[in-house]
Amino acid sequence: MSDQDLKLTPLYDAHVAAGARMVPFAGYSMPVQYKDGVLKEHLWTREHAGLFDVSHMGQARLRGEDPLAAFETLVPGDYAGLKPGKQKYSVLLNAEGGIIDDLMAGRPDDDGLFIVVNGACKDNDYAIIASALAGRASVERLEDRALLALQGPEAAAVLAAHVPAVADMAFMDIAALPAFGVDAIISRSGYTGEDGYEISVPAEAARRVWDALLSDERVRPIGLGARDSLRLEAGLPLYGHDLDESVSPIEAGLGFAVSKKRREARSFPGADRIAGEVEGGLNRVRVALKVEGAPAREGAEIADETGAVVGRVTSGGFSPSLGAPIAIGFAPPAFSALGTALKVIVRGRTQSAEVVSTPFVPHRYVRKMKA
Amino acid sequence: MRFTKDHEWVVLEGDVATFGITAYAAEQLGDVVFVETPDAGKAVKAGDNVAVVESVKAASDVYAPVSGEVLEGNAALGDAPETVNDQPEGAGWFAKIKVADKAEIEALMDRAAYEAYLQTL
Repeated sequence: MSDQDLKLTPLYDAHVAAGARMVPFAGYSMPVQYKDGVLKEHLWTREHAGLFDVSHMGQARLRGEDPLAAFETLVPGDYAGLKPGKQKYSVLLNAEGGIIDDLMAGRPDDDGLFIVVNGACKDNDYAIIASALAGRASVERLEDRALLALQGPEAAAVLAAHVPAVADMAFMDIAALPAFGVDAIISRSGYTGEDGYEISVPAEAARRVWDALLSDERVRPIGLGARDSLRLEAGLPLYGHDLDESVSPIEAGLGFAVSKKRREARSFPGADRIAGEVEGGLNRVRVALKVEGAPAREGAEIADETGAVVGRVTSGGFSPSLGAPIAIGFAPPAFSALGTALKVIVRGRTQSAEVVSTPFVPHRYVRKMKA
Repeated sequence: MRFTKDHEWVVLEGDVATFGITAYAAEQLGDVVFVETPDAGKAVKAGDNVAVVESVKAASDVYAPVSGEVLEGNAALGDAPETVNDQPEGAGWFAKIKVADKAEIEALMDRAAYEAYLQTL
């Protein structure tokens, strides 16, 4: 794809004006970093609040007579009882229980299900959903909406100054509400491990909302480079790297997204494989590694202490918060226990690595007790 | 100081060439978090991968600007890779090479030619 064919988000001009370095990503021209650079942007988000343009992601409404029941036929989570105001993370599964995409699906209101999917996967996702649910539910792409993420320990105070109602939301709450003079859909969630929000607004309001949030000195614009290092520290998988159509949610450590009730009922695609894996039939699992020496990046081999290759890194890099290299990869369960000593092979050299728990950096989600 | 199209600089003293990456390259890479320099004794040809410099998001090869034998890598970059950003054309040097053919260096760009080259990128 030539640069001329790249799509632009409604915030393209704002990125260029802010000195962003633009790169092709998921068919869009996106900011990989601004003037501060990845390291400073990463640390700013951990300490203050970072503003991200994630308008390349797919936003859609699923509507029908019973859209929750229809949606459940494609994913392993419990959606039938999902109350308005809540969203859940899930995975779209193929017939073999492999992950077609990972997504958020929620009920900001009574208007069906609002879903947010990966930008690079969205056309395929919508085609699969529309085809599988033909006659039961329809997919309406919300192409005229932008998506912003405000993430970090100061995000709540910043956003509440504009939209007071968001202060009362808890992690994974979602609401359709008037904000910035338009109809917004706001969830308290994100992809950094920090407290924060994802804010969907009509495209024509995006620049105004972006500028309003950036006018707060606690907020800086953050590019996709830091988005990737933040999510890696948070232990959150990235589709196309840690997840693909061969990987099941159990292998990927996403068992929390597989409902026990639905697994026992075998009521989603690939349920037989996934049930077998839950009962112990696993050949590989996701492992988190702390690495000594050079960063072990995607594709680096993981070896046991004798040097025999047992797996591969699927995401890896340097953790700005820890000041050390970290990685996510896949290896047989026998090598997945915390503290297991492993090796990674970087440019032909063998380096030490240790299996650690995720997240690498603690999550700071705001979970509220019921009054 | 001479420059390559791959954004390395090189300075010759006697028959010892000290090289590193240019300020332009350091700026493009962003914050350097890891540097791998060559071991003494390694024989290199101009254009060989001789070192690696890594930012948060990517690893990049550094090519030998001249042929010869590595005398030493800059061990100080192991603990302080950020020196490459702070002083790319000084304390952030990568390695010293005992040069086989000084004519290789004379064939490289001078600063004016390198800056003109940067304008074409």
